[in-house]
Amino acid sequence: MTSALRIVNGRVYDPANGVDGAVRDVCISGGRIVADVPPDARRIDATGMVVMPGGVDIHCHIAGPKVNLARKVQPEDHRHDVHLRTRVTRSGTGGTVPSTFTTGYRYAALGYTAAMEAAVTPLGARHTLEEFHDTPVIDKGFFVLMGNNVLMYRLLQEGRHEEFRQTLAWWMSATKAYAPKLVNPGGDEFWKGQRNANVTRLDQQIAGFDLTPRKVIAEFIEAGNELGLPHPVHIHCNNLGHTGNYQTTLDTMRIAEGRRAHITHIQFHSYGSVAGKSGDNPTSKAHEISEYVNTHPNISADVGAVMFGRSTSMTADAPLAYMLRRFGGGKWVNADTEHESGCGIVPFTYQDRIYTNALQWAIGLELFLLSDDPWRMVFSTDHPNGGSFMSYPRLIRLLMDSEFRKEQMAKVNQQALEHSGLRDCASREYSLSEIAIITRAGPARLLGLTGKGHLGVGADADVTIYEEDADKEKMFSTPRHVIKDGEPVIEDHEFRAEHEGRVFHVAPDYDPGIEQVIEPFFEDYYTIRFANYAVADRYIRHPQTVPTAPQAAEAGAVPAT
Amino acid sequence: MGDNIKVVADATCTFCGCVCDDMVLTVDLDQKRITKSENACVLGKAWFKEHAIEERPFALVDGREATTDEGVEAAAQILANARFPVVYGLSDTTCEAQKVAVAIADMVGGCLDTTTSVCHGPTGIAFQSGGESTASLGEIKNRADLVVFWGGNPAEAHPRLFTRYAVTAKGMYTPNGRKDRTIVLVDVRRTPSTPVADIFLQVKPRTDFEVLWALRALVKGRKIDPSIEQRTGVSLAVLEDLVDRMKRCRYGALLFGMGLTMNRGRHFNAGAILALATDLNEFTHFVAKPVRGHGNVTGADNVVSWQTGFPFGVNFSRGYPRFNPGEFTTADLLSRGDADAALIIASDPASNFPKAAIEHLKRIPVINLDPKLTHTGRLARVSFTTATYGINVPGTVYRMDDVPITLRPAFDSPYPSDEQVLTAIRDRVRELLGGNRVPAGEALAGVAVS
Repeated sequence: MTSALRIVNGRVYDPANGVDGAVRDVCISGGRIVADVPPDARRIDATGMVVMPGGVDIHCHIAGPKVNLARKVQPEDHRHDVHLRTRVTRSGTGGTVPSTFTTGYRYAALGYTAAMEAAVTPLGARHTLEEFHDTPVIDKGFFVLMGNNVLMYRLLQEGRHEEFRQTLAWWMSATKAYAPKLVNPGGDEFWKGQRNANVTRLDQQIAGFDLTPRKVIAEFIEAGNELGLPHPVHIHCNNLGHTGNYQTTLDTMRIAEGRRAHITHIQFHSYGSVAGKSGDNPTSKAHEISEYVNTHPNISADVGAVMFGRSTSMTADAPLAYMLRRFGGGKWVNADTEHESGCGIVPFTYQDRIYTNALQWAIGLELFLLSDDPWRMVFSTDHPNGGSFMSYPRLIRLLMDSEFRKEQMAKVNQQALEHSGLRDCASREYSLSEIAIITRAGPARLLGLTGKGHLGVGADADVTIYEEDADKEKMFSTPRHVIKDGEPVIEDHEFRAEHEGRVFHVAPDYDPGIEQVIEPFFEDYYTIRFANYAVADRYIRHPQTVPTAPQAAEAGAVPAT
Repeated sequence: MGDNIKVVADATCTFCGCVCDDMVLTVDLDQKRITKSENACVLGKAWFKEHAIEERPFALVDGREATTDEGVEAAAQILANARFPVVYGLSDTTCEAQKVAVAIADMVGGCLDTTTSVCHGPTGIAFQSGGESTASLGEIKNRADLVVFWGGNPAEAHPRLFTRYAVTAKGMYTPNGRKDRTIVLVDVRRTPSTPVADIFLQVKPRTDFEVLWALRALVKGRKIDPSIEQRTGVSLAVLEDLVDRMKRCRYGALLFGMGLTMNRGRHFNAGAILALATDLNEFTHFVAKPVRGHGNVTGADNVVSWQTGFPFGVNFSRGYPRFNPGEFTTADLLSRGDADAALIIASDPASNFPKAAIEHLKRIPVINLDPKLTHTGRLARVSFTTATYGINVPGTVYRMDDVPITLRPAFDSPYPSDEQVLTAIRDRVRELLGGNRVPAGEALAGVAVS
């Protein structure tokens, strides 16, 4: 239990509770926000400073098998960016794929207190949780890859909808995942079994199955909604990165038919093609995509903005990584996981003079600037795919400072700007309140994390205190104080304590009888025993099981004891 | 046999990198030994049989029997006073213990290295330079219709690699097991593995690189001179046939051993075979895998990588991790006489390192953790008897294909685990140093401070 704390006189941005820059105190006790604390409580003077809830990253790649391969394959990326140990914190290395300790410290040092790892194979869940254990300060959770799962495909093909739903619930529980993730549904069977081919259309038959990506997506959206998961199915659409893919993205969103679905890194899925030309150059369809999202409240998205400089493309979309390899010709990792997923990794550099890269950068900004509802079009770079999380402060400045944006636009490939609509949204500037929505309140709400992203009474006491600065990049790069679970982890820019965050996961109810459907598949086709597959509780030191809607309703119906 | 019998199903064998998790162990709890190990191969059976509880001192300090606590105090004093200690081994212990070992090296500003540096280290280096196409073993079981073994003898070193994963294993697209696969073996000599193969390529010793490079050239449609046969012992026609098969297969796998990595060419050989698999992906789906030896050497690679960014051969003396094989790899730094103390966990360098390295180990204070008395244990100043992972100790190990598996220990040991001893040492060193050792004058200036 942490001691009581009063943050005095800060300008508070807490959009979830309608607080927009009012000067007031924030009180903390027992790791939570409280209405008041005794007069002798410790005080942090925040006069002239901005107080926000801790940042929440809805989609990043920070832990697990593919992340570790990406770390291992880039010693050159670590050597130039080292992280020194202190008396209380561990050493590490940075670059686009930092070591675990460095990941935790650097997120915290940017004022982030929670981050969701967005793509974990079920077989890699245990590994991911082991890395989480070594990722300090921040709270974490992960999305589990289900969209190319062979057993799930078999159940769907045979029309066994109830068993499909039960099996999804079992898999979420067995792996201690937070949400189901679909990546390029249908692609793996083509990639692994058809000489590295790929799926290209939503109505194409998936190799070896009487199924289409459309059917797979529809069934997962339905099952996710029926289970009442706190975060809906998290979808990486088909045709990522391909010219003309915005139609696939619009079609995918239409499949939801009013049910909740989250489309991730939507920037990578917002490409048209140059009219009248057969060439490969993409154009921006940010306007069409934004219009759809703006008018369909069941849909949410994160942007997946591209920032110039080094990145690492790491994805369960193996054919995509293979395509990227042809551009760079450098290192390439492919890693297949039995019955569950593919994976591809390619170190990549986005360059402002290159047409496609500049267009991607512009589309990311357009999507932010065209959004009517910051609660549903939230912040991400798909770290480290579009750029490192260390570039978040610069992206915030690009959104808040139109003059700065104009200067940057002058430096990039001008032909690309002509094929985007970025110049048409030149005047919009995000306010601090809107930044607070897209970087914390919005992601927390979309994730269904009721204790995160706000400073109302009862919220987790994750608080970031920034020194106001006209240069928003500078301001958001170096918060002065960061408080995690009520503990001042960073004070006056210095780490004062080691802290281990929580792991969020769901445990939807399922009929135990479903194991009799699942186990025979393991006996025949897996190389790990069924009994050894589910992840034991001890892999999470500080778990927080987030209830599904039915579980929450049931808990609500019982009087508190 | 006593009456107090327990059966442990779905237990895991940690003898080799196959990490088979389908053991059925019969345990005599009174005698504290495993009397039967169903599904184990000949190596696994010996592993389970030989790890009964022996009467050994908990610790030896300067040759005198001591308690674990006394050993911890002596070990912590050595590490806290050392200027350039090396922490080495780790391939036969749990990830939970490995994490603490890396923490100790970080805290004191020493070196951290694993047995990877003397087995598939060159593969790690090759991976860093180009990447790889790889797969979990289940993909090979279910999909591979062409499997090429290169520079290894699995029949004797990894027996169940054939039956459980890659040769006779039946899977989704290989329902007839062996009949659905073409097996190729490449080696410098005939071994008990040879009869398994449909095609055997006997290459002249020390010419693996030439054969691999010729295959790469043929895959890319280049001409190879027939004189390749004089050089390597393999005719052009055989190479062309193999290339044709590799391009035509549906899902190909190259599984390679230390015959490639600890031979002339080392990381060039490993790089060549990884590149061959990568090249073949222009034509079909192809993967390559190093066949790993120790039960959790893959876990060591993973833990060290996620904590430091580098897989082995890491130095912390500047206050942050640096990677330089040849400089920070243990055999090299001991041979040069560099380290002034060593913490050696679950491995026996005194039995297999170069003479100069062993001579240096005899000169410096060594701390050793092992279930058995080893050559390293005999020369150690502080020697701990620890419980055996997988048999007595729970925890996590990573199979050679990076799949993590949770151990189901068979019976309790009176001895502490590596993790427990290392945690006690870490906590005591932290007390002695007052926290992590931060290099004087800060390393930001780039000056090495020890």
